[in-house]
This record gives sequence, structure tokens and C-alpha cells, in this order.
Amino acid sequence: MSEQRTRIRTKTTDDGATEIFVLISHPMETGLRVNPQTKEKIPVHIVQKITFYLNSKEVAVADTGTGVSANPLVSVRVKNAKKGDKIRVTWTDNFGQKDEQDIVLGDGA
Amino acid sequence: MRTGNRRTRGLLSGTVVALLLSTAAWADPASDTKQMRDFFKARFPTVALEDYANGLYALPGFEEFRDQWLAFRDLAPYEIGLANGKKLWETPFRNGKTFSSCFKNGGRNIAQGYPYWDKPAKKVRTVEMDLIDCATRNGSELSFVNANLDRDQKARAQLAELSAYLYSLARGKPLKPDVDFTDRDALKAYEQGKKFWWARRGQWNFSCASCHVNLAGATLAGSQPLSAGVGHGVAWPAQRTEWTRLETLHYRYAACLSQMRARPQAHGSEDLNNLELYEKIMSIGLPLQAPAMRN
Repeated sequence: MSEQRTRIRTKTTDDGATEIFVLISHPMETGLRVNPQTKEKIPVHIVQKITFYLNSKEVAVADTGTGVSANPLVSVRVKNAKKGDKIRVTWTDNFGQKDEQDIVLGDGA
Repeated sequence: MRTGNRRTRGLLSGTVVALLLSTAAWADPASDTKQMRDFFKARFPTVALEDYANGLYALPGFEEFRDQWLAFRDLAPYEIGLANGKKLWETPFRNGKTFSSCFKNGGRNIAQGYPYWDKPAKKVRTVEMDLIDCATRNGSELSFVNANLDRDQKARAQLAELSAYLYSLARGKPLKPDVDFTDRDALKAYEQGKKFWWARRGQWNFSCASCHVNLAGATLAGSQPLSAGVGHGVAWPAQRTEWTRLETLHYRYAACLSQMRARPQAHGSEDLNNLELYEKIMSIGLPLQAPAMRN
């Protein structure tokens, strides 16, 4: 998969916490739709787990399902994150596809 | 005798009215724009003209929508589409040329001049038309070249992504459609767009103005917040939260028309091109925001 499927941004909130935003390029098919031309059901294709790591330590896990929109945008807040900390986000879907993305917290981030 | 006289008089006044109408019909785009802006200045005195480029989020009463919209500043969902568009833009055709070869200045800082007036063909030209023509001339087999853009969502989304990238190269530039209104045909196209905007249609007997003048700042059927008639077009192609993908302005028009229970005109049809011209003349001078998030 050459194209970038995961994007991460961070922001410091007013109370000093760090908000991590993740945008995943994913169709998030519910399995309920039917292809109008061929009348075949479009198989389920969803992200099942999104995991957030701060300095290799798991800080948040999201179990996502069919209720989540296509190209989901998910954010979590972490306390005590400081400049230079490494953030990693990984996800897997029911087809076994996975992706991960790392960033380092910067000054303005 | 008397009835005859009356009839002649009636006919005469009829012609006077027709003459008046025909002169009134050749309105001046600049004064139309001023009239529209003066109206909204009186309606929403707290909103600065520049703010109308932010669409409905500029209007009072939409603070909640605005907060949601501002939350997208950190990571906007349209970035996926925009990245796809950039990739398409940079991928060479089989003859080695890229899309930038079809545009002045390689496509940089030109999108604010759209739609422009094609004098020999007597037609309004939009960004999407130029992109499709460019792909066709270079023998491209991209899906939108021959697709029915009303039906084929994938092809249309691809066109929207490409067009969004071209617009993003001119982000912040003040909108200035390159149309010379001393040309009578151009003025006629503008008039048609204006007529389309103000004419009532569909099962609800709504016009564009019903929502974007009379009801601007309110919500339609409780779910669709309505923007003002100034500032339309500067943020498109845009991504509506319910669409989860970038879409073209003409697809938005089609969605608008079906929201008012009218049959939509075809994507890229002359009606919609003229409408785009009219809307962008109303938004003239406002900074381009495309691509953007919209409700």
C-alpha cells in the first residue's frame, strides 16, 4: 500500500492535555449495501481496532464497528505528554489490512 | 369604437411594459452584487463581508455548526481527497505530459479566474470542463472522461479531487471570474444564471433565493442550515460531513435541487454553468477557500 492511509495531528488543549487526531482512509463498508448494477452484496470491510501508543505504552484502544463513517476521524486526549514524546497509532481491519503511523510531539503540536 | 380604443391603449401600455422589462432585464452584474450585499449587510449587521467566504458558518445562530467546523482545522477529512487529487495531477499521461501542461502558469494561482467566458464558443467555462478537456486531449483513460457524472459517483469524486487540488493552488486569492460583460452573449449567460437562481421550481415551489435570501440563517426541514447568497462557490469542491468525500459544486447544486424537490439539471450542463457564473459574481472579491468542509 503505497498511499498514506493514516494521518495524525496533535493539538494542545486549554487544560494542558494533548489531543491526538487520527484520520484513516477506509471505506468502512457495513455489509448491508448492495451493488446496484450486479445486485451483489458488498462484503463487510471495517476497521476493528485502533490503538494509540505514547512512548510505546498503550494509552487508548478503540473498538470500531459498522456504526463508524467512511474515512473515520478519531481523537483521544492524553495527559502528561510532552515535547519529544513519540506517538504511534495502529489499526487493523477485518480483511487483515493494517497500518501504523508515528509522530514525535513538536513545539507547536 | 370605445372598446377598440381601450384595446389599443391596452396593447400600447403592454408594449411599454415589455420595453421596460427588456431594458430592466439587462441588469448590471456589479449593481446586482451590490444590491445582494447591501441586503445581507442590513440583515446580518455583525457579519463582515470577508466572513461570507466561510459560508453558513459566518452567520449568527450557527455557532454550534461553526464550532464543529473549526474542530476540522486541526485535521480536515478532505485531506485524503486532496492528496488523491495531487497524485492525479502529478501522474503523467501516456504522452508524458501532466495536467499542469494544459493550464497557464502550470495551474498555480489561476482558479480564481474561473468560470471564464469563452468568446468564440459563446460559453461559460468551468474548471471541471477544462480538466475533462485536458484529459481528453491527452488521450487519458481516467474514469471521468466519458462517465455520466450524475450517476458515476467514483468518477465524479475523482474529478472533484483533481479540481480541488487545482483550486487549492489558488487558495486565498480573491475570486475574480474572467468574464467581460460588455460582450452581450456573456451578459445573456449571466442573465440566465440569475433567472435560474431566482426562478421557483419543484414540488415545494422554491427558488434558490427562498433558502439563501429569505431563509438564510435558518435551517431547512430542521437539518440543513442555510447559508447566505453571498459567498457561494468560493469553497467548492468541498466535503460535506454526510458525504465523507469531496464533491463538485455541480453535484451540490443537484443535491440542493433535490432538497427543494426539483429535478436536478445535468452535471456540467449549461444551466448549471450559468448558475455558477451568477453565484460567483455575487461572491466576487471573496478569498477562495476550496477545498473546505461544509454542512
